[in-house]
Amino acid sequence: MEIINFTPLSALAGGALIGLSAAFLMWSQGRVAGISGIVGGLVQPVRGDLDWRWLFVIGLVLGGVLYRVLGIGPGVEHIQPVVSQGVLVLAGLLVGIGATIGAGCTSGHGICGLARRSPRSLVATLSFMGTAFVTVFVVRHLMGVAA
Amino acid sequence: MIQTLRLAAALAAGMVFGLGLSVAQMIDPAKIINFLNVFGQWDPSLAFVMGGGLVVNAILTPLIFKRAHPLWADYFRLPAKTEIDRRIVLGGIIFGIGWGLAGYCPGPMITSLSFADSSIVTIIVAYLIGTWLTKQALARIDRRTTQLARA
Repeated sequence: MEIINFTPLSALAGGALIGLSAAFLMWSQGRVAGISGIVGGLVQPVRGDLDWRWLFVIGLVLGGVLYRVLGIGPGVEHIQPVVSQGVLVLAGLLVGIGATIGAGCTSGHGICGLARRSPRSLVATLSFMGTAFVTVFVVRHLMGVAA
Repeated sequence: MIQTLRLAAALAAGMVFGLGLSVAQMIDPAKIINFLNVFGQWDPSLAFVMGGGLVVNAILTPLIFKRAHPLWADYFRLPAKTEIDRRIVLGGIIFGIGWGLAGYCPGPMITSLSFADSSIVTIIVAYLIGTWLTKQALARIDRRTTQLARA
């Protein structure tokens, strides 16, 4: 093991903003800040429950714009996918399928669910963290794809 | 007036969330893959993102739930299901494979639209299709289960 690019301070600051946002959404309108759940409600729309979802999603994009405008961290110019278009399609499908079957993603289970001490979210978080580690090990070490 | 405030709050929450993902560099899939790559060149930063987010939210959440209802809504909407079933594990496993393959979970995908190139559109479209198809399939399975239970 060799530790690289470790950025604990910006990671903590970013994490704190995410936690703050989730708390603010629950406090202001009683909603869980689970991204897959919010997006899922747009993919299969429920009448009368769309406005806040669209605004939150637009906010997510604007948050990225704000970061660039403020220039408070490393730039985004170097950011690129680490896999081919075909793998991106497969990964996107799996993330969508998994988050829908498992009723949540990294934010909904990992940040909001665990903060509520939900045993269901703990099981979900352990499942996807565990498999993600295994997947990277298989792809990068057993199959020898470089990273 | 309250409706406007509620919607402004949703937009603000989204912006702070997206800003947080950017500051934490979670929008960089290479950084996510490096975190998951414990046996290679390891970047432990993501643990601090989850830790920071969790601690802040876990401190505030009990305070929020002391209120009778949210500031601009009638009640708190929490997931109805509490039992641990097969779906939560199976879903987690499938999600984890997808996340580990490309380094993108749903939040960073959407925030990355702020510097859109074609690759981000590719994975978002695939993500939306996967979500839609699964919702259709689950609804069909649940209908059949209900019918069987009635019969």
